[in-house]
Amino acid sequence: MSEETLATRAVDKLELSDLDTLEAESIHIIREVVAEFENPVMLFSGGKDSVLMLHLARKAFRPAGVPFPILHVDTGHNFPEVIEFRDRTVERYGLRLEVASVEKLIEEGRIKVSHPLESRNRHQTVALLDAIQKNGYDAVFGGGRRDEEKARAKERVLSFRDKFGQWDPKNQRPELWRLYNGRHKKGEHIRVFPISDWTELDVWRYLAREEIELPSIYFAHEREVVEVDGLLMAVNEYFPLPEGMTAKREMVRYRTVGDATGTGAVRSTATDYESVIAETGAARVTERGATRGDDRFSDAAMEDRKREGYF
Amino acid sequence: MSGSLLRIATAGSVDDGKSTLIGRLLHDSKAIFEDQLDAVERTSRSRGNDQVDLALLTDGLRAEREQGITIDVAHRYFATPKRKFVIADTPGHVQYTRNMVTGASNANLALLLVDARKGVVEQTRRHALLSSLLRVPHLVLCVNKMDLVDYSQEVFEEIREEFTAFAAKLEVTDVAFIPISALHGDNVVSRSENMPWYEGQPLLGYLEDIHIASDRNLVDNRFPVQTVIRPMSAEHPDYRGYAGSVVGGVFRQGDEVMVLPSRKVTTISRIDTPNGSTEQAFPPMAVTLLLEDDIDVSRGDMICRPSNQPTAHRRFEAMVCWFDETSSLQTGVPYQLKHTTRWVTAEVEALRYRLDVDTLHRDLDVETLEVNDIGRIAVHTTSPLFFDEYRVSRTTGSFILVDPVTNHTVAGGMIIAAGESVASVGDRAPVAENITFHPSKLSREERWAALGGTGATIWLTGLSGSGKSTIAAAVEHTLVKSGRPALMLDGDNLRHGLCSDLGFSAEDRAENVRRVGEVAKLLAESGVVAIASLVSPYREARERVRAAHEEAGVPFYEVYVDTPLEVCEERDPKGLYAKARAGEITDLTGVGSPYEPPERPELRTSAELERAVREVLALLG
Repeated sequence: MSEETLATRAVDKLELSDLDTLEAESIHIIREVVAEFENPVMLFSGGKDSVLMLHLARKAFRPAGVPFPILHVDTGHNFPEVIEFRDRTVERYGLRLEVASVEKLIEEGRIKVSHPLESRNRHQTVALLDAIQKNGYDAVFGGGRRDEEKARAKERVLSFRDKFGQWDPKNQRPELWRLYNGRHKKGEHIRVFPISDWTELDVWRYLAREEIELPSIYFAHEREVVEVDGLLMAVNEYFPLPEGMTAKREMVRYRTVGDATGTGAVRSTATDYESVIAETGAARVTERGATRGDDRFSDAAMEDRKREGYF
Repeated sequence: MSGSLLRIATAGSVDDGKSTLIGRLLHDSKAIFEDQLDAVERTSRSRGNDQVDLALLTDGLRAEREQGITIDVAHRYFATPKRKFVIADTPGHVQYTRNMVTGASNANLALLLVDARKGVVEQTRRHALLSSLLRVPHLVLCVNKMDLVDYSQEVFEEIREEFTAFAAKLEVTDVAFIPISALHGDNVVSRSENMPWYEGQPLLGYLEDIHIASDRNLVDNRFPVQTVIRPMSAEHPDYRGYAGSVVGGVFRQGDEVMVLPSRKVTTISRIDTPNGSTEQAFPPMAVTLLLEDDIDVSRGDMICRPSNQPTAHRRFEAMVCWFDETSSLQTGVPYQLKHTTRWVTAEVEALRYRLDVDTLHRDLDVETLEVNDIGRIAVHTTSPLFFDEYRVSRTTGSFILVDPVTNHTVAGGMIIAAGESVASVGDRAPVAENITFHPSKLSREERWAALGGTGATIWLTGLSGSGKSTIAAAVEHTLVKSGRPALMLDGDNLRHGLCSDLGFSAEDRAENVRRVGEVAKLLAESGVVAIASLVSPYREARERVRAAHEEAGVPFYEVYVDTPLEVCEERDPKGLYAKARAGEITDLTGVGSPYEPPERPELRTSAELERAVREVLALLG
């Protein structure tokens, strides 16, 4: 037996935990994209997935800074806690923030709304594609995960978008080993999903392990809510109390952060990471099912939005 | 939970119950949520199905649900207190070989299902072959629907024997057999009381416990550089680190390492991880290496050990799976090839055969590969790749081909061996196994300075009688007279000694060229100008000599002595053409045996001696 074989035995215990493996794989993807693309950007909503993704990007290039700007697609219907958190994050890490404003496109008449308080989830696609085109981004990092939704389960890590920003799920590039193909022509771009293989529970466990700060609405707090179509909606300027219903003050938290008109809360007493993880581990409903009105319309709601260019 | 991560590729025929099995694993490990189950139940009912169709959980696309088939790889996740699992669920349809290959490429384990009533069928064999081809380290064959064969041990044993016999033909090292009923849950999560004769673990326990850490290659240190990290900040003005993922071996602080292609040797001064500095890094860690010496390193370079380097070569043989529906494999056209962190232009020089995945038959009379075809090809790249055989490393042995026009990923490939081509020495690999190079501590420049010379190889090729030897002798004479060490290597003379065991078959000619090439390279490395004068009729063989020189970083000048056949025949200094025309010898180059002129020689000259010598000397500068 050669010396090297013996050495192999000795290092046999060199193993990574599941979270460290996920971290390493995500960092590999982020570095690969930064090395191969000219003008990448990272979507940042202040939601937990984008917070995690940004954290991984910071680790990937340490001690250098994050080598690309972050892009917030702003529906105008925001939770104030989230905007405050976004600005604080930008300040703290010296990031460059770009904002793609749905409100502005409505003012310019490029997005038509039938009601000022309708969900702006779908309108985000227009604002996003507009920002991509205007700034010439060739790679757009998104925090989508395959466990979120079944159309996302079919998504690639590097996912091609044509010049109209559209996804063609039946014509995706095979993705083998870790040899990512990001080649594209001018005007086309690639969506990159570095945390594809993380589950909701993985995200929470990792955020807790790294003691990463999140917007406060992710933890249980008291809020004026009303139950509409099975969703627990916060009553505020974007979601006025529907006629004939009464609001109640309840202990709630958010599992996802989206447009304030379409994102529901869940009843919770989890005020810290530990209790959120315990709740997540025991949850019996997916995060989107529990909290997103827009994903419940049809079996293919997400697939249809993704085809149009959604995150 | 701080367990590891296990990637599983599943495969099975449409009715083998694969979806039911996955559904059960997800359900019993609480990875399916109530709203998902509700949605699936709703859809199943609306289609008039009695039972909940768990396939609907994984068939995520509209087209899949409409056609009731799985089209694309779907990823599913579940976890137990011991481990996190990622399932790449690949369709079992004939036309979707590419999905199976995709799913298997990253898998630690392949999970195959057979129907106990049907036993091993064509598709089982195909999936086993693909798992073997992709080198998935572990294979589990679940014999499903045991409830429908009265939980018969005999049926199970028959299937086990049949599959074992088939697997012997493959390169599958670890196979486990588990009798289950996915529908009723026998031996899925808990042991089945219906099969007391089965002494092994239930499937989930097996998946939780299987040891995968030692599947990694921890011997061959390989670090493809992804990007260079240079903060250039006030806080870190001089930080320069090389970011990448460790794909083989264990890198330690203080290790002597070599950077390819520059072959510069230095020491690892520090290893940074996402979570601080460490003393050692191993696969699949993403780290940043800092080096002692300030040397030029960039994306696509490979860091390894001086004593254990990957093969550096521009030619290799590989198995490929063709993925593209809109094009078929073409030889002699440029593709973009990605290998580790390197993109190069490549062409397929030859298609050796297509592999029939059902019979393992090799179809040699094949002109192209279409979507889902698997075949063996010879690849030529514009610059050297630093690779290992796929069987040694799934990372440094794999590549993808991309169509430069459509940007589609058209094929995935697995490297079998370096070099080799039609007119060559068969399957002889240029580097013997189990031999490592012992790099000299001296640099080439130091050696050359001591000898007072600058080494190089001048390779004169051309027909017999073209004037090669006359030119070679004159060049040698001029150089030595001017005080520069030079040595002529004449093909005919060497055939009396070094190559006395060789004849004139294509193989022997190629071997003759290889030997003279190696000797020339050694001479040049030592500071001598080696002047080889050899018919060397095959382009391939000469290109390999060139590649060997390039690898060693020694100048190589190919000189084509382009004298027309009629003139050679007229001169006929050795009387060979006369003998050939008289039928006394049959394989004289140019008469009975082909000569392939160089396509891009450094110099094309003629038999006009004075001018030829002047031109050759000009090459050396």
